[in-house]
Amino acid sequence: MSVRQAMLALLEQGPMYGYQLRAEFEDRTGSTWPLNVGQVYTTLSRLERDGLVEAAGTDEEGHALYRLTEQGRTELSAWFSTPVRRTQPPRDELAIKLALAVTITGVDVPAVIQAQRSATLRALQDYTRLKQGSREEGPPALAWSLVLDSLVFAAEAEIRWLDHCEARLARSAREHAASGAATGQGPAAGRHARPVTGGERR
Amino acid sequence: MTAVLDIRDLTRVHGAGAARVVALRGVSLTVAAGELVAVMGPSGSGKSTLLTIAGGLDSPTSGTVSVEGTDLGSLSRSALSALRRRSVGYVFQDFNLVPALTAAENVALPRELDGERPSRARAAAVAALEEVGIADLADRFPDDMSGGQQQRVAIARAVVGQRRLVLADEPTGALDTETGEQVLALLRGRCDAGTGGVLVTHEARHAAWADRVVFLRDGVVVDETRSDAAEVLLDARKR
Repeated sequence: MSVRQAMLALLEQGPMYGYQLRAEFEDRTGSTWPLNVGQVYTTLSRLERDGLVEAAGTDEEGHALYRLTEQGRTELSAWFSTPVRRTQPPRDELAIKLALAVTITGVDVPAVIQAQRSATLRALQDYTRLKQGSREEGPPALAWSLVLDSLVFAAEAEIRWLDHCEARLARSAREHAASGAATGQGPAAGRHARPVTGGERR
Repeated sequence: MTAVLDIRDLTRVHGAGAARVVALRGVSLTVAAGELVAVMGPSGSGKSTLLTIAGGLDSPTSGTVSVEGTDLGSLSRSALSALRRRSVGYVFQDFNLVPALTAAENVALPRELDGERPSRARAAAVAALEEVGIADLADRFPDDMSGGQQQRVAIARAVVGQRRLVLADEPTGALDTETGEQVLALLRGRCDAGTGGVLVTHEARHAAWADRVVFLRDGVVVDETRSDAAEVLLDARKR
């Protein structure tokens, strides 16, 4: 996660101190990506070293304030205008798990898929309830609802992929069974997926 | 909690001999007042058959269906129709509004069929339209409304009067994501107000509005999920 750019973006609103930056960040993102205050101060001192932020005195309660420099502003606008890189897909444990499950004997792949689908759907129910519960107005509330939408759509995509895997496995099992029967191998070739049996049509 | 819908060991077989297809086998499902249950499954899993039987539009081969404590199998044909009109509301993917009737007339129709005075049926219809946020469209015809507005009329028709069971079959199928979401919010709101609801869908994002999600595969319930009150993501915003 880009803590650096997030801090620069928040400081665009005006000078702030560490705790305040964390609060502003979490006001927009909940604790989806928890940020500890140590991380905020480390980031601020690096940004200061790189000339992107500078000390801006203290507020009446003695908190050390930081503000954006011209260079920081340039870096921030470069961040907004550059697409996030998606060339290297992040390592996805679920995809790896299924890729291995289909190649290993004795794994009940449909059960693996259903267990994940249930768990992801439960997360999706939670996000949906959080969205309903959020009745506030204003830009931070809007930001938070967009973050929730991002989680909702990602979970939905995962479930669609699982549905696809299930259908694909069932087809593969049917094909194996058919070719197995033709070559006299028997139905054991389809052991990885439970073949879909009759009664599917209405 | 009162069970608005109680389905026990339901089996439905279509056809016979070589053409025999088992659409549902041994499905049980209970929906309490105030509860929204989603039924998910691929096409052919039996989810629409389940909904049709739950609403008394089709009969089970074996098993029982009770709506608000009344066993549908024990009713005469006319008593079943009356119960359907009074207790059960349907929302379909393609809205199923009568094109020659205005929004208010569409919503009032089941009540008038039930023998209610037209003026009272109209008042109830307008109240139901108000609840779904389109009282101002009461005198419009379906063709002059957007898909989202038509589905709101359909929901008003499903919940008008004292109905305590709403059955929705892919109610957001023809709508864009934002409008679909509003329709689900409406359905959710009705259930929060005490109606029992069954939502059949193949979309996880829609099923997620439910209190409980039942997974159907080849006519069998294979899994069920409740949403846990994991409000952990919200903690930081409440601090």
